[in-house]
Amino acid sequence: MLTISGLSKVYPTGTAALKNVSFTVDEPKVVTIIGPSGAGKSTLIRCINRLVEPTSGRIVLDGVDILALNRRDLRKARRRMGMIFQEYNLVERLTVMENLLSGRLGYVGFWRTYRRKFPPEDLAAAFALLKRVGLSGYQSTRADALSGGERQRVGISRALMQQPDLLLVDEPTASLDPKTSRQIMRILVELAHERGTPALVNIHDVGLAQSFADRIIGLRGGEIVFDGPPERVTADVLTAIYGEEDWSTTIRRSDDETEKPDHRRSEGEDSLVRESLA
Amino acid sequence: MAASSSAQAGDALRWQRIRTIENPWVRQGLAALAVVYLAWSLTTLEINWTRVADGLPRAVNLVLRMFPPDFSRGSLLFRGTLESVQMALAASFFGMILAVPIGICGASNLVPKPVYLAARAFIILSRTFHEIIVAIFFVKIFGFGPLAGVLTLLVASTSFISKMLAEDIENMPPGQLEAIRATGASFPQLLVYCISPQALPRYLGVSIYRLDANIRHSTVVGIVGAGGIGQVLAASFSRYDYDFSLAILLTIISLVFLGEFFSNWVRNQLR
Repeated sequence: MLTISGLSKVYPTGTAALKNVSFTVDEPKVVTIIGPSGAGKSTLIRCINRLVEPTSGRIVLDGVDILALNRRDLRKARRRMGMIFQEYNLVERLTVMENLLSGRLGYVGFWRTYRRKFPPEDLAAAFALLKRVGLSGYQSTRADALSGGERQRVGISRALMQQPDLLLVDEPTASLDPKTSRQIMRILVELAHERGTPALVNIHDVGLAQSFADRIIGLRGGEIVFDGPPERVTADVLTAIYGEEDWSTTIRRSDDETEKPDHRRSEGEDSLVRESLA
Repeated sequence: MAASSSAQAGDALRWQRIRTIENPWVRQGLAALAVVYLAWSLTTLEINWTRVADGLPRAVNLVLRMFPPDFSRGSLLFRGTLESVQMALAASFFGMILAVPIGICGASNLVPKPVYLAARAFIILSRTFHEIIVAIFFVKIFGFGPLAGVLTLLVASTSFISKMLAEDIENMPPGQLEAIRATGASFPQLLVYCISPQALPRYLGVSIYRLDANIRHSTVVGIVGAGGIGQVLAASFSRYDYDFSLAILLTIISLVFLGEFFSNWVRNQLR
């Protein structure tokens, strides 16, 4: 369970990126965070694992006060949080397998890291994940030889190798084409549900957020202006988050909205994904 | 809408290229000043034409006495050359090793500010003086011979390779570092799992280039007494053994040529 209360961040430049943000994630659900550029989405995600140091507030993950941790304990807390990035951020000159295994760095010592001697159960988990995301046989391919969609699958697998209690996902699809974006979101959401891992997903594509989220948080100017199920995201809500605009083409059609989350995906799309993953 | 587009059209008509110096008076004035200074410095240079005239036959004489090159003192030539190569190899090898910690400490995206400033100060300081000046210092301290030469080249190699390494690390995309940190990796793990694979090829390339440069410089530092073929060359000049000098010069040329060839070959293999 993740509890954030009164979280604020002021950058040295004077920009207040987050202003008194509070919310709780108490179910293994996919929570998407939407909002305009500069609303503080990336800052929020990075405050949770302290890649960005918050100015004030409290972040508690499963009873651990993240902001009170020293360096050593912070590293322990970070292994419990898998992070997925917009630009994938794979180590380009390492192989796919090495990139997956980097998810275990928090658990193995320096010499094992240096000699790439990971425990057999880690290797087994890595091979299973490669198969699950449709990258079987890619273990020895160098990361810089992969396409964007393939890289993001490696990025997702690396985060899941940590067996995290929480997934922090920063614009996972912003560098991908629309079809690949949907595939990546689907893999991500399926894996999060399968493993019962809650996920916080920054995303600027409102349509994608509505299609895949269990809950949507709207951020504007560093403040939460909406928090609710995707069905409740209306033109008025979007205006509150982004400002005045004609939202009629952005919002998911109303016949989708009445469906239950699990039935949201159509059969056709699913088989399409399986095909392209095979 | 219409008003703004017509305003843009007006801008387009008035467009002209942006000059580095906007004011035409300042621009033309500076150009004129440069011409005046050039003319002034030419007139104040005291070129003694009689000395130039005297020098010309001496130059002809020198070149004539250089031919044919004298390779008869082969063992002296060989030992000098070998010493130069050994100096270059030793300096490059230890420079490569010393450059790793200094280079890492000189990368602002990895270390705290004081460490960064200390490493950068070291790099700047050791790059301030030309090899010849450093060599003179070391010859004064340790006496004539290759030790002074090796130390000179070592200082130069360490600062050069660590500067290149530091800049290479600083230019790494921050995302990869962020991602590895986010897994809970420690700093040493970050070094061997992220920075090392990304920076290694260029580090090796720079080191090999430095070996090539050291071979060239090792022939020079000898002239001030720091060992190697350069010292033999200086001695031959002072003894007016110009034919032997030419033999040494030809040896240096082929040595540098071989060094460059080797360095290019290795760097091609690294790609």
